[in-house]
Amino acid sequence: MHDLTPLTALGASKPRSDTIGPVTISEAPDVALASVTARLGQEAACQDALRALLGIPAPDIAAYASGPQLSAFWIGPDSWMIMAPYDTHPGLANRLTSVCKDTASVTDQTGAWARFDLTGPDLPRLMERLCNLDLAHMPPGRARRSVIDHLGCYVIKHQDGILLFAPRSAAQSLHHALLTAAQAALR
Amino acid sequence: MRLRTGGQIDRSTQISFRFDNRWYKGHPGDTLASALLANGVRLMGRSFKYHRPRGPLTAGSDEPNALVELRSGGRQEPNTRATVIELFDGLRAQPQNAWPSLSFDALAINDRLSPVLTAGFYYKTFMWPAAFWEKLYEPIIRRAAGLGSITTKPDPDAYDKGFLHCDLLIIGAGPSGLMAALTAGRAGARVILADEDFRMGGRLNAETFAISDRAGSDWAAQTLAELATLPNLRLMPRTTVFGAFDHGIYGAVERVSDHLPTPPMGKPRQTLWRIYTKRTLLCAGALERPIAFAKNDRPGIMTASALRAYVNRWAAAPADTAAVFTNNDDGHRTAADLIAKGVKVAALIDTRPDAPTIAGTELLAGAQVIDTSGRLGLTGITVKLANGETRKIKTGALGVSGGWNPTVALTCHQRGRPAWDDSIAAFTPAGDLPPGMTVAGAAEGQFSTHAALAGGAAKAAQALDDLGITARTPDLPQAEDAPTKITPFWHVKGDKRAWLDFQNDVTVKDVKLAHQEGFRAVEHLKRYTTLGMATDQGKTSNMGGLAVMAELTGATIAQTGTTMFRPPYTPVAMGALAGRSTGPDFRPTRLTPSHHWAKEQGAEFVEVGMWLRAQWFPRPGEKTWRDTVDREVRATRASVGVCDVTTLGKIDVQGRDAAAFLNRIYCNGFAKLAVGRVRYGLMLREDGIAFDDGTAARLAEDHFVVTTTTANAVAVYRHMEFARQCLWPDMDVQLISTTEAWAQYAIAGPNARKLLQKLVDPAFDISNDAFPFMACAELTICNGCPARLFRISFSGELAYELAVPTRYGDALIRRIMAEGTEFGVTPYGTEALGVMRIEKGHAAGNELNGQTTALNLGMGRMVSDKKDSIGAVLSRREGLNTPDALKLVGLRPKDPQTRIPAGAHLLETGTRTIAAHDLGYVTSACYSPTLDSYIALGFLKAGDTRMGQTLRAASPLTGEDVPIEVTSPHFVDPEGERLRA
Repeated sequence: MHDLTPLTALGASKPRSDTIGPVTISEAPDVALASVTARLGQEAACQDALRALLGIPAPDIAAYASGPQLSAFWIGPDSWMIMAPYDTHPGLANRLTSVCKDTASVTDQTGAWARFDLTGPDLPRLMERLCNLDLAHMPPGRARRSVIDHLGCYVIKHQDGILLFAPRSAAQSLHHALLTAAQAALR
Repeated sequence: MRLRTGGQIDRSTQISFRFDNRWYKGHPGDTLASALLANGVRLMGRSFKYHRPRGPLTAGSDEPNALVELRSGGRQEPNTRATVIELFDGLRAQPQNAWPSLSFDALAINDRLSPVLTAGFYYKTFMWPAAFWEKLYEPIIRRAAGLGSITTKPDPDAYDKGFLHCDLLIIGAGPSGLMAALTAGRAGARVILADEDFRMGGRLNAETFAISDRAGSDWAAQTLAELATLPNLRLMPRTTVFGAFDHGIYGAVERVSDHLPTPPMGKPRQTLWRIYTKRTLLCAGALERPIAFAKNDRPGIMTASALRAYVNRWAAAPADTAAVFTNNDDGHRTAADLIAKGVKVAALIDTRPDAPTIAGTELLAGAQVIDTSGRLGLTGITVKLANGETRKIKTGALGVSGGWNPTVALTCHQRGRPAWDDSIAAFTPAGDLPPGMTVAGAAEGQFSTHAALAGGAAKAAQALDDLGITARTPDLPQAEDAPTKITPFWHVKGDKRAWLDFQNDVTVKDVKLAHQEGFRAVEHLKRYTTLGMATDQGKTSNMGGLAVMAELTGATIAQTGTTMFRPPYTPVAMGALAGRSTGPDFRPTRLTPSHHWAKEQGAEFVEVGMWLRAQWFPRPGEKTWRDTVDREVRATRASVGVCDVTTLGKIDVQGRDAAAFLNRIYCNGFAKLAVGRVRYGLMLREDGIAFDDGTAARLAEDHFVVTTTTANAVAVYRHMEFARQCLWPDMDVQLISTTEAWAQYAIAGPNARKLLQKLVDPAFDISNDAFPFMACAELTICNGCPARLFRISFSGELAYELAVPTRYGDALIRRIMAEGTEFGVTPYGTEALGVMRIEKGHAAGNELNGQTTALNLGMGRMVSDKKDSIGAVLSRREGLNTPDALKLVGLRPKDPQTRIPAGAHLLETGTRTIAAHDLGYVTSACYSPTLDSYIALGFLKAGDTRMGQTLRAASPLTGEDVPIEVTSPHFVDPEGERLRA
């Protein structure tokens, strides 16, 4: 086992968490991510492979779903991001490659995105200051791409809150926007 | 003066405020204007051009006169309307456009000069000589004219932005808006009710008539209380919907903290909302218009509805005696309300000979106000009676009513043009309203309270019906339903100046002059006289101006038409438009994986796109950046250096057709690139010009990693996606960006391999034989950390790029530095990177400047003719392949210590420095510590045939003119022995 020490996207050894009013914004570094895109003509086979792996059908357009171990969200035509805890799935991309074989192209995206978990009531009150998605009326299980403070982000609404994926290099810009908007909206 | 009773003000609380260097008292609920009037202050400003004394003309956002500079320091805000400033304790406001004081203004001399300062004065006067325009005329004009002054200090407040969604946006919370909100809110629709006022209710707060069994203002308060309990309805007071944009999107500014001395901690001053609507109901009401007559601009003269509002809503009377001048029944309401409140009404002057009677004052039917008196405030009026006699009447206030204009502005933002309605003598919404918008109440020309309530309910129900939501119309409360009775009357004829546009000082005479000089179309009238061009956008003036023009041309008002209404409805602060994106947060900042480490090293950073990259790493004793950069270059070339190159774009290309795809994207061949090898590639634009360069590494038969320049990462990815999706959808190719997924370091210098061998796990052989120049591999380092290694070189040295998952980027740079101590490993920044690539003759952004071809870059033969690729055909255009085409060359100054200015042009020795003699230009220049000489790269006509020639590099911009020698662009190791070592 190597001895390189990981750093979170916000540049610390421990993830950051802020509670502002009723909302908690937490950095979630324990995330392994990999994209799976079906190869031309292999769309059905790829979906079969994903169903076997996830234990659920691959999410429909703009949807997010969780299986027993892995969760997934739609990112484009015949394209998904698969997500798992990093601690238990450090080699997620390799595993996906071995499962999907020639039916899909798999790319490790673990380091590409920083995830922030938003929990608490009134999240739409916060999000309305950040992006143009109508989160108050978006049912749980939706995954959308949207722009937040000039950054292309994934916004996922689930039963217990919102997952926000931002380009890792700009994590601290997004974090600053989140805190600023939260203070404006919620205190 | 403050009336003893009444008004929607909190008399139990007294607050202090300061205006024109004096302290006054007011109450919560007051505006600055109402509080000043209650304190007996009518004079609140000076006019734009003639510096005439002015008081409030209105009681709302249409105010042209009572403009003040609010607050001080960085918060100072000019041209703020005293009529909408919500009073708070400690408020400070100063009059503007007056010197030395509001009551004695030296530039009031302009008023005396008014016979020459007519419309078009500047156009006619300041024409010759042209040399005086900028230096003399403009400063004089700018000093004399104008309104408030802006602060030069930074704005200390924060602003915010956001996005709202609703089924129905209701703009305006007067009787129609409230009734609409009640209808839609009870039906369960998602509703936003926005109003610019801090107290919702619209005119209901300013009128005395009842709704059902209670005062209109009480009904409004009770209705708002119910609306506030509805979870599906959002009340937005202090919010101006300022524009109707495409697709049902509206812009609104919420003044979150403007009613407080300073915004609470963490709260914005204002929030700019983008509101996505399915339907919109405009309930914006109507604005009363004045009548023009001689000297109708004295403080104390205001619209009749404003006078009524000050008395009813704020219990503030401008004077103890008032008069009313009207052409319609609504003026009678003002007289009646004033009388009821105990204000003496000297007379009611009605232009209509058949005016209805009124109790409590003298009615002068068929009469007109022909003059006024009072230098700093109204003292009396002269009335011409129906029988031709004149009478002087003492009064300190005059309410003027010329009728009401429906507030149609938002209906016109998608180029809708309103239509003239004779029955109310006003324009009403017509034509192409913004899709999804309907109009109710006074904004639609329905002026009675009953009609407003009924219209609001019906239009809301109709809008919801369109959306499939069934709404039950609530029982309509009883309300007055008086018909509109008006005889149009625009201006009293006479020789003296009669103001139409109070803010821009445009008089009836000015309109006549415009007519006389041929500026008769309304848009010409506007530009020539400046009618309606000020911060109030002519809300009280446009109608009068075009009515006078219609009279002069003999056309009807309908034929004359209106000028175009454009957003914003009222001024919007630049800060609100910027929102959170100001200062260092203007745009996101991207940090490299080694950022925190570099900061610890004291690195200087440079912005590259949104990235912050280490520019150089200064050490104690180094006096200039050059000392630092020279050291970094020497150390790298002598032993080993390390540089964070994560910012270069990385695109994962996979699929059965990945190689074939790249073969079409790059101008050079990629189909035969072996697995485990990297190749330099050049992409052309469709037009044959060089687009971007980089490398592609083949990790597997069906898997490449393409690198791009930092600046073009997004553009290249977009270009490739376009090609994949639109040009060749039948290819099996999948693309995804992995720029951020990997932390990547360039490790360069003769000792690079030795250093790497300490990091790379022993299972992997990276000897020169096993891992030669342009090799690549997926391997592990530091005992099992997954990594990618590429043997590529930008510096010309034996060099590698090592990538690890981003989370280990910080740990890796620290490990590289620790393991490299024995080699004196030196971190280098973008500047040393640049110096080394110039020394090596590698093209970069300066050379790939959007105007150059592969041929220019010395890479003409790379454009393969054995295959087709994007841009290949057009790169063969005749014009791009002339014998004297520009070629990339190296340039050395004859004196090694004389710099070559970047951007300089290349010319023959002894020729004049003119474009006709231009032979090319310098693209990149630096000092080469390796050669102990300044060097440069540049494009030179037929440069490949001019090796050894002496030319000069001249920069007319800096005055430098340097003799140079043309050389190969490869200053260092032209044979490439080092990078293959």
